[in-house]
Amino acid sequence: MKLVYLIVILLAGGLLSWVTGRWSRVLPRIIALISLTTDLILLLLIYKNQAGTGTGIWMIQYKTEWIPSFGISLYLAADGLSMLLLMITYILGLLSVLISWKEIRDATGFFHFNILWILSGITGVFLSLDLFLFYFFWELMLIPMYFLISIWGHENRIYASYKFFIYTQASGLLMLISIITLYFIQGSNSGTYTFDYTQLLGTAMSPTLAYILMLGFLAAFLVKLPVVPFHNWLPDAHAEAPTAGSVILAGLLLKTGAYGLIRFVLPLFPGASVSFAPVGMILGVVGILYGAKLAFAQTDLKRLIAYTSVSHMGFVILGVYAFNEIAFQGVIVQMIAHAVSTGALFILAGQLYERIHTRNILLMGGLWKQLPVMGSMWLIFALASLGLPGLGNFIAEFFILAGTFKSNILMSCLASAGLIGATAYSLRLIQKVLSGRENTEWKLKDLSVREKLVSASLVILILYLGLLPQKVLDTAKPVISNTLNSIEQVVSPGSGLIK
Amino acid sequence: MIQEDFLCLSPFIIVAGTPVLLMLVIAFTRHFRILFGISLVGLSFALLSVYFLLPVLPHTLGQLFIFDGFSILFFGLIIFTSLLITILSYRYVMYQDSEKEEFLIMLFTAVLGSLILAASANFATLFLGLETLSISLYVLIAYRRSRGNSIEASVKYLILASVSSAFLLFGMGLIYAGTGSLEFTRIGQVLHSADYSTPLLLAGFSMMLVGIGFKLALVPFHMWTPDVYQGAPVPVTTFIATVSKGAVMAFLLRFFKEIQGNQNHNFILMITVIALLSMFTGNLLAIRQRNVKRILAYSSIANMGYLLVTLLVSNTEGLQAAVFYIVSYMVTTLGAFGVINLLASRDHDADDLEDYRGLFWKHPSIALVFTLALLSLAGIPLTAGFIGKFYLVFTGIHSGLWLLVTGLILNSVIGLYYYLRVISTLFSPVNAIMFPGFGVADRIVLGFTALGIVWLGIFPGGFLRMIAHFTGL
Repeated sequence: MKLVYLIVILLAGGLLSWVTGRWSRVLPRIIALISLTTDLILLLLIYKNQAGTGTGIWMIQYKTEWIPSFGISLYLAADGLSMLLLMITYILGLLSVLISWKEIRDATGFFHFNILWILSGITGVFLSLDLFLFYFFWELMLIPMYFLISIWGHENRIYASYKFFIYTQASGLLMLISIITLYFIQGSNSGTYTFDYTQLLGTAMSPTLAYILMLGFLAAFLVKLPVVPFHNWLPDAHAEAPTAGSVILAGLLLKTGAYGLIRFVLPLFPGASVSFAPVGMILGVVGILYGAKLAFAQTDLKRLIAYTSVSHMGFVILGVYAFNEIAFQGVIVQMIAHAVSTGALFILAGQLYERIHTRNILLMGGLWKQLPVMGSMWLIFALASLGLPGLGNFIAEFFILAGTFKSNILMSCLASAGLIGATAYSLRLIQKVLSGRENTEWKLKDLSVREKLVSASLVILILYLGLLPQKVLDTAKPVISNTLNSIEQVVSPGSGLIK
Repeated sequence: MIQEDFLCLSPFIIVAGTPVLLMLVIAFTRHFRILFGISLVGLSFALLSVYFLLPVLPHTLGQLFIFDGFSILFFGLIIFTSLLITILSYRYVMYQDSEKEEFLIMLFTAVLGSLILAASANFATLFLGLETLSISLYVLIAYRRSRGNSIEASVKYLILASVSSAFLLFGMGLIYAGTGSLEFTRIGQVLHSADYSTPLLLAGFSMMLVGIGFKLALVPFHMWTPDVYQGAPVPVTTFIATVSKGAVMAFLLRFFKEIQGNQNHNFILMITVIALLSMFTGNLLAIRQRNVKRILAYSSIANMGYLLVTLLVSNTEGLQAAVFYIVSYMVTTLGAFGVINLLASRDHDADDLEDYRGLFWKHPSIALVFTLALLSLAGIPLTAGFIGKFYLVFTGIHSGLWLLVTGLILNSVIGLYYYLRVISTLFSPVNAIMFPGFGVADRIVLGFTALGIVWLGIFPGGFLRMIAHFTGL
């Protein structure tokens, strides 16, 4: 039941902030902060009480009927992976509210309604174990995100919001077809028709069919992740969204794609995943290199950061299809570290935009002098992005590369080149923004207390991930071994795939 | 026995009797409020009579009518929707300078025609119902005759509907010649035993399909739709989009089930082609429209295309999916047209997309209802349309109709584009046009439809059980 509360609190908070938005500008912000804090506390309580208990890998679960005539139930459950992702969801959610304090002045009620409803959709995605419910939440987070982009975005916001919505909706519908087909196959095999994930696991079907169904799921997740041929919506959506929207998009929405791969694609279609693995790895490497190259070429600050996401997410899919423990650990750390570092970069870009009202990095330069605190923040997170040891992303990318090296040396070597690309674009970013000639007409204020608070918490997080990742790895361990088990069962021993 | 007959006919009698009463009252006074009140009471009584009819189900009346759970479900749906439309029409009809009262009379005869359609078990009653409905609609569409495109729409509808009726009649005649019966069940039995696809019967069914296709606005018989939707008074458009289409669909579902059309490859081919054409044409043509009524008209063409998928689903699942989709579509359309109706002023229907610019910032609750309706049409979660579309895809996949399911999915994506365009207009910066004030009754109806859309979208379980119960009766 506590899991239901996590979702309901956000939904109710959203409605409440919309209503109160008629009378006050500040009240919705406070309501949003309160509901997110409540959720975070509730989540920590669940984590503390349930760690190590519960049946199987699920720390806590809740199940009740929803639409019995279709075999749809309200089945929520959390394991280590969900816990980690939910924590980062609420933390980034809190920060999104804080950073919008000055940026968003119109219709704050509706704005925070959207923020909270996106977050509740994301919460639902990370918790659902019923495939229909999962699809429901998957779609639910789109509409408020669409509003967020199309109402509070930058100049080209309408175009970007259409693109975002149509890409994700179209790919989601393909997943829906796969889900329903899977439901009927399992139903005719066993006699009980249900969307229950635990019962759909291990559905017997021909390898070709499994491969096709997997492609349906992959469509949704690869678009969301995004993987290179399907990444086209991302730079537009990220660049045009308001800061909070970009943070949630990059930090959380992309993670739902990675989560979907780990939670659904691999366990439901282990055999098909193994045969897809070479393609997946190639897509990952292409994403890493192509994203890095495009990031290097951008002049729009937010588009630059958006393309770094493409590059970083390439590591995720590469690691997922490496099928071994180290790579998986890397993937999970990467998901969180990327949420923090890219979220931070978007926040900094937003703060900079509030001051100089441009995103064109050719017009910037020499900002270090006027903005020393912000400058050091830029430096920290740009270095995080290029994978400096001591910061979270280093652990992640190192693990992924090490894991990939075990299963495919060539891919691992090619992917390593991405680190050079990351260095190139990060340093170019620093150089263009912070160094160079100073524009003396600008009189800029350095970070305020609120902004410092936001940045400091992100710095602490990224350092924590970089220096003490063991706690995260322990939490995620059951999920990793479970997923690998399902893969191992279909791979003949000695094939050399799993080491 | 005779008592049960009367009980079953009571909805007809009340709906037919009320306009007579209205005419009598008009002889004395043309006080619109009194007549409006009588109409509401009449419809409420009709709705009540449907409830009292439940214990005697199923019941057949000669060879003409069948009263089973399915027809009763549509009775309730038709009368209730008409009640809501009548309430919504009050403000709109009051704008009329000349006689307003006959509007109600014609509305009642249209409802009567729809009810007959929903319960018809025979070609005779089918044609009777269809013509009662159509003739009332000719008048209703032209009701605001002072405005140019009202007459245009009516004449267009008149000519095309007459032609399509002729096709329908001819088709019926050919089927009668081939099977020797006008009764649906009897025709079904003959078809089971005899050779199904003689040229005579095929020609008959194809001609009937032309007639029905016209009423449902299926491609290629859809040409009238956008003009009529645009030219007719908004409440009448609402009626055409909801009640009239629902009633015709009720007949089609029943007839198709009796003749087991989903077993015959000729029918499968015809329906598949028409469904796909309707989906694509409706959605593609809607993209370029700037007029909200026309957008909704094209969207209705596409939606009827989606609905045809259920005809080819083999078991009762198809019927249930169809009923659920019709209900969700009716609620949704009622919401959308309710908003258009509400924003109409004395001499201007708010139907241009520009009229809606920034509506959200001025009238958030109205815009919210409109947004919900559009999202429901697009099939986004939390709305009735989502469950409806899910059900269609669900049954389609179950029956292996891959082509139609693919078409449906593809079209959902295309449709999304123009629905989003309307929504983003609602939320764009404010435009200067002010809208007239809104009555309490309108607000209640709109609130009700909004609630309906969300309720069916989140808790469809109860309603699905109800449909299963009724279609089983």
